[in-house]
Amino acid sequence: MKEIYLDHAATTPMHPLVISKMVESMESVYGNPSSIHRIGRFARKHLDDARHILAKSIGAKDQEIIVTGGGSEADNLAITGTAYAKQNEGRHIITTVVEHHAVLHTCQQLEKEGYEVTYLPVDETGRVSLEDVKKALRDDTILVTIMFGNNEVGTIQPIKEIGELLKEHSATFHTDAVQAFGILPIDVNDLHVDLLSVSSHKLNGPKGIGFLYQRDQTKLKPLIYGGEQERKRRAGTENVPAVVGFAEAVAIAQRNFEEKQQAYKEFHQHFLKKLDQAEIDYHINGNEQYCLPHVMNISFKNMDVESFLVNLDMAGIAASSGSACTAGSIDPSHVLVAMYGSEADELRNSIRYSFGYGLDLEDIDTAAERTIEIVKRLAK
Amino acid sequence: MNTTKDPSQTRVVVGMSGGVDSSVAAYLLKKQGYDVIGIFMKNWDDTDDSGVCTATEDYEDVIKVCNQIGIPYYAVNFEQQYWDKVFTYFLEEYKAGRTPNPDVMCNKEIKFKAFLEHALKLGADYLATGHYARVEVRDDETRMLRGIDQNKDQTYFLNQLSQEQLSKVMFPIGELEKPRVREIAEEAGLATAKKKDSTGICFIGERNFKEFLGQYLPAQPGNMETFDGTVIGKHDGLMYYTIGQRHGLGIGGDGDPWFVLGKDLKRNVLLVGQGFHNDKLYSTSLKAVKTGFTTHRDMPKTFQATAKFRYRQQDVPVTVEITGDDEWYVTFNEPTRAITPGQSVVLYDGDECLGGATIDEVFKDSKKLTYVG
Repeated sequence: MKEIYLDHAATTPMHPLVISKMVESMESVYGNPSSIHRIGRFARKHLDDARHILAKSIGAKDQEIIVTGGGSEADNLAITGTAYAKQNEGRHIITTVVEHHAVLHTCQQLEKEGYEVTYLPVDETGRVSLEDVKKALRDDTILVTIMFGNNEVGTIQPIKEIGELLKEHSATFHTDAVQAFGILPIDVNDLHVDLLSVSSHKLNGPKGIGFLYQRDQTKLKPLIYGGEQERKRRAGTENVPAVVGFAEAVAIAQRNFEEKQQAYKEFHQHFLKKLDQAEIDYHINGNEQYCLPHVMNISFKNMDVESFLVNLDMAGIAASSGSACTAGSIDPSHVLVAMYGSEADELRNSIRYSFGYGLDLEDIDTAAERTIEIVKRLAK
Repeated sequence: MNTTKDPSQTRVVVGMSGGVDSSVAAYLLKKQGYDVIGIFMKNWDDTDDSGVCTATEDYEDVIKVCNQIGIPYYAVNFEQQYWDKVFTYFLEEYKAGRTPNPDVMCNKEIKFKAFLEHALKLGADYLATGHYARVEVRDDETRMLRGIDQNKDQTYFLNQLSQEQLSKVMFPIGELEKPRVREIAEEAGLATAKKKDSTGICFIGERNFKEFLGQYLPAQPGNMETFDGTVIGKHDGLMYYTIGQRHGLGIGGDGDPWFVLGKDLKRNVLLVGQGFHNDKLYSTSLKAVKTGFTTHRDMPKTFQATAKFRYRQQDVPVTVEITGDDEWYVTFNEPTRAITPGQSVVLYDGDECLGGATIDEVFKDSKKLTYVG
């Protein structure tokens, strides 16, 4: 049985070109980029070249990129780093209820430390309103952190509009672009964001590496102290092969935005057409207009995720739903709760399929067929 | 059991708790060539002092064992069902001054109902657990037999399983003695081989029972009295005591030790008396409700059997009379000590567990003992 991976929003397989770049780097670039000798300089060159690719991909300057150990660290650094750096200017933070836990739990921690956090609601499609952001803004608001595209339902937030709004305000504007980066073109100057988080493993790069874009002059207090790497903003000897692989993945992703988006849209339509033909009772969770094309979250009537996901797995389909708790069982998604309320059927019957590298229409076909077979068997 | 199907074509879902018994159950089935899936049930939401979900450690053990055995593993959440069907009953019984048996209810409503349905949805032919019991197909029906290990036999807790449930159940370790189970786990190098057995009621775990119950039910302290009305001391709340209990009364002094003999709910008085064999502790018959047979054989209106009234008791000879649609009258051959309403009466014919019911009323020489609850 062919296994079909439809969980690219969780993580992605590494691109073969990324792997070969990394292997090459591991074989030949072993120096410490901070060393003054030839071998160190050689490593430094690889690091700088990679950093340049990362910076260029979002329209940033090289020195505005802080390489981190992934997206969660980037979010933590953005939020906690801003809160600590600006604690004398104010202690109010604005975010939304549908953020990734890397943002939500960081905000909750800051609340324990005396900061005040406003969690903005979203509409039924998962979108926050500009009006709500405007109303929540106060003189002592030091940070607005709102995700670019949602990892569970794919809804894209009005980042550019919020960026415009905040031009007149002293609050730092952070966006978690982990799920959107590599799928949609992003330009930090167009968006007017001050901080932006990215993770490598969501776009066929290695795991454990990411970056935080920090606009020049934006105040930020480091979380990790030690050596002077990343201009003292993130200590620790750089993971050169990972950064090199990350940059390669970014370069590849930058080359074919349109092609990818087109393909994912086609996957989307094709999958849904199959469901329609089989007369499956379903609806899409998310926003039709503002949606990441690789995320497809479907609510199936009369289904239950726990048996559904296991059946999909046994049928060779890797998909997901909400997030698993540490004891393995599936907790209702906070995103769906925000969209529909805590009693909604969607909390128990929604599955996220997400597309990415290596999939073709035939895979989508097979996945849809297997899904249909399971729904027909289990829906009561 | 359907023996025509090849094991490799037979899918068995194993309910895995993270303990050694269910680990070995899964291991043995896998070795026999079955298509085995391990599933961890989360029935209770609880976090420890550091905010970690208490089920995490057990689930991590399930993961380790399943990876060692080479079977897929998943988890399923029955918190809502458990709360509605088991915990609510548990509290109601305590409120009524009785001593409930949540494990019996859990097996009936959760493990062999909600969980069995879940397993069937995953295409399972059978549900297996690490219970010490056996099933045997004889004369066109599935009989539930005591586990080989008489010390560990768990049929008492499984007494409410119906023929339909039993026909889809496997108990792979019921043929083994507990020490052998540990040995197999060690030989196979399973991560749970040396794990301590869990004790007590699952959702309370190692915690203080009094403290736990006090969180859900208001405790009303009152007097401890003898039957002639002499106040002997104070009790912390009637729900904390069960008939025949000796420990935790805090009564010292001369003479025989003191025991709980009964409860006067109206006056909130705990009735106590001296001597293990205190006459008030003995009864001769009981009325039981919520009756169920594991077999679908026609049972005569009156029949002889042996019965257990608490887990790990030696069973005693009784006469059972089916007195209603859902009512038995059970008469003991000899007066029997500390029969407690809320507990199960479980019937046996030799090694076969015939079924069971909930003890509702207790009698001595046909006179109802109103003081036992």
